[in-house]
Amino acid sequence: MAQHNSINVHHVTRVEGHGDITAEIKDGILQQLRFSVVEAPRFFEAFLRGHHFNEVIHMSSRVCGICAVSHKCAALKATESALRVKVSRQTKLLRRLAYHGEILSSHILHIYFLAGPDFFGVSSILPLVEREPDMVRRAMRLKKLGYDLSALVVGRHTHPIAMTVGGFTFTLEVAHLAEMQDRVTQGLEDLRDTVRTLRKIELPHLERETEYVSLTHPNRYAFYDGEILSSDRDESVSRDKYREVIKEYVVDYSTAKYARWNRPEYMTGALARFNNNYDQLTDGAKTAADELGLPHPCHKPFMITIAQLVECIHCLEDAGKILQTLLVLGIQPDTEHTKIKDRAGTGVGAVEAPRGILFHEYQYDDRGKCLSANMVIPTAQNLANLEADMRAFAPTIAHESAETITHLLEMLVRAYDPCISCSTHVIHRR
Amino acid sequence: MMPFARKPRVAFFDFACCEGCQLSILELDEKLFDLLAHVEVVAWREVMSEISEEYDIAFCEGSITRQQDIERIKTIRDKAEIVVSLGTCASISCHNALKNKWAMNELLALVYSEYGEHIDTIPARPIADVVNVDYQILGCPVSLPEFETVFKRILTRQAYTPSNQPVCVECKRNDILCVHEKGMVCLGPVTRCGCNAICTAFGDACRGCRGLIDDANLEAPVRALFGEKLHPIMAEVARNNRLTGKEIIARFSLYNNTGRVGKGEESSDGTA
Repeated sequence: MAQHNSINVHHVTRVEGHGDITAEIKDGILQQLRFSVVEAPRFFEAFLRGHHFNEVIHMSSRVCGICAVSHKCAALKATESALRVKVSRQTKLLRRLAYHGEILSSHILHIYFLAGPDFFGVSSILPLVEREPDMVRRAMRLKKLGYDLSALVVGRHTHPIAMTVGGFTFTLEVAHLAEMQDRVTQGLEDLRDTVRTLRKIELPHLERETEYVSLTHPNRYAFYDGEILSSDRDESVSRDKYREVIKEYVVDYSTAKYARWNRPEYMTGALARFNNNYDQLTDGAKTAADELGLPHPCHKPFMITIAQLVECIHCLEDAGKILQTLLVLGIQPDTEHTKIKDRAGTGVGAVEAPRGILFHEYQYDDRGKCLSANMVIPTAQNLANLEADMRAFAPTIAHESAETITHLLEMLVRAYDPCISCSTHVIHRR
Repeated sequence: MMPFARKPRVAFFDFACCEGCQLSILELDEKLFDLLAHVEVVAWREVMSEISEEYDIAFCEGSITRQQDIERIKTIRDKAEIVVSLGTCASISCHNALKNKWAMNELLALVYSEYGEHIDTIPARPIADVVNVDYQILGCPVSLPEFETVFKRILTRQAYTPSNQPVCVECKRNDILCVHEKGMVCLGPVTRCGCNAICTAFGDACRGCRGLIDDANLEAPVRALFGEKLHPIMAEVARNNRLTGKEIIARFSLYNNTGRVGKGEESSDGTA
């Protein structure tokens, strides 16, 4: 029987920001497929110009409420590089702690609130409040722990306050570190229960090997710092050269830019990090990967959610170690940030946001005012790869009803955990 | 006004913003479920799949920045009995309005070069500039105690007016060293409180995210920069920081770009 399915999803739900799916499937053959970003552009790179770096830092986290710490860290690192400011070990440890909090809360939001309802056959977490109260409470506890871990260091997660160029404007009390250690231990228990829950779920099947791009660091699983690595290359590339390796391009049906490196598309985010930096995961995270059936390397995009859970365990175990280090070292009041002088310069900051590699670049004049700004955000980098996955996936489900095809394509979009609200800020001026 | 005859249907909508206010609401944790027990959530794209076209209370986040946003917010206004502007983007435009210093075609050419033609963008404005708003919750992001208060006021049909005291009131009450004493520029004296002075508590200055208090004495800090000693502390801070008039206007413009400050004083290249 001839079958013609038109798939049209206006504003995919349970993702951050606005995106549409359109697909035409005729007699089991995919005719056309698009994932369009339809978010309203906000023009950060334009209006940051003329503002002093202290204001740029303040505004940078407002690009995205969910990746607020990542954006602020990328902006801080770019600005500190431009101003040739070195930060202390304590500052780095504190920033990494805030960072782990963000990765945890963002991943938990995705695992339980955005992707999770599909695993349990419901349309949102709300019906689960009565059906699975223990699980929902666990999700809320974990999300709050991530939030509180960031808030401990920077005042609140959205939008972080105490992080500034050169260090911190706030000295945290050591007593709070010890309290947080206990909560981290409890959080790991909750994560192990989450592993037990997710071990049982069945995910749609799609396997497509692609290029995986992430930061990499010689000493640790890279989030806050590192150089750029592609799974297609042996050598990593300095973050300052990001424009030379990552090429952006525009398509006419989207307000976001696309990106390529060695192939027409690449993946960034939890699964790319897992594939590129597996050896540096904590033991607990590696054990969880085994239990969850996440092999290394893994080429299944639906497993992004599983890789996120593995990273949650890594982040909390590493946060425990950082808290212990800070307890031993104590917290010294930080006045370095008050001594920063205006100067001209250009700098690039690269971090691993929850959804993947994030670049900020700023140029300042001798009074510290922003002359130009550029941001390359993870979801934009993933768009070409997401579409390639959708094109590979659609023929395998073409025999299903339009409703099922729609649902499965939406699940694939959600697996990428797209954060579209910031994906339109990408610009290339030079 | 009559109390709600049955559980009111609540919808959340977002326009141009970082979606951080919606996310902050999730941080209410178990309290969120207590609040939601009194309502029926019928549309919340960020967390649920089904979207109902019928609702009584609409929480709207983000600024109006496209022609299509105007139609959408008008539709929401027609359907909802109560419209709430959630957060600074929705209430006073936040950073979004900083783009308004350019003509839109110049802005598109600047950011998207030759690819900008098909992009719909208009000067950013708060929701209240397009439709009547019943409740306003300020803050970037919103403060959770205030959100809770407003939520309860809505359910019990009571009006809510954001405080007209400056942030200094809360800052002093919390016994925080005055930011001006540290030699930094702080907008606390002219900014509406309700945040419990969280930024100054963590060592930063107030950047004015909750908007200006009514009849704020703006002339004082701005004129102080030009040497008229109307506000001695700020004048000294400005002098010590070597700030020019344009620079102090840039400070004010982060959140208060639709108001009186700096209007018509930008240079043509957009550098305020």
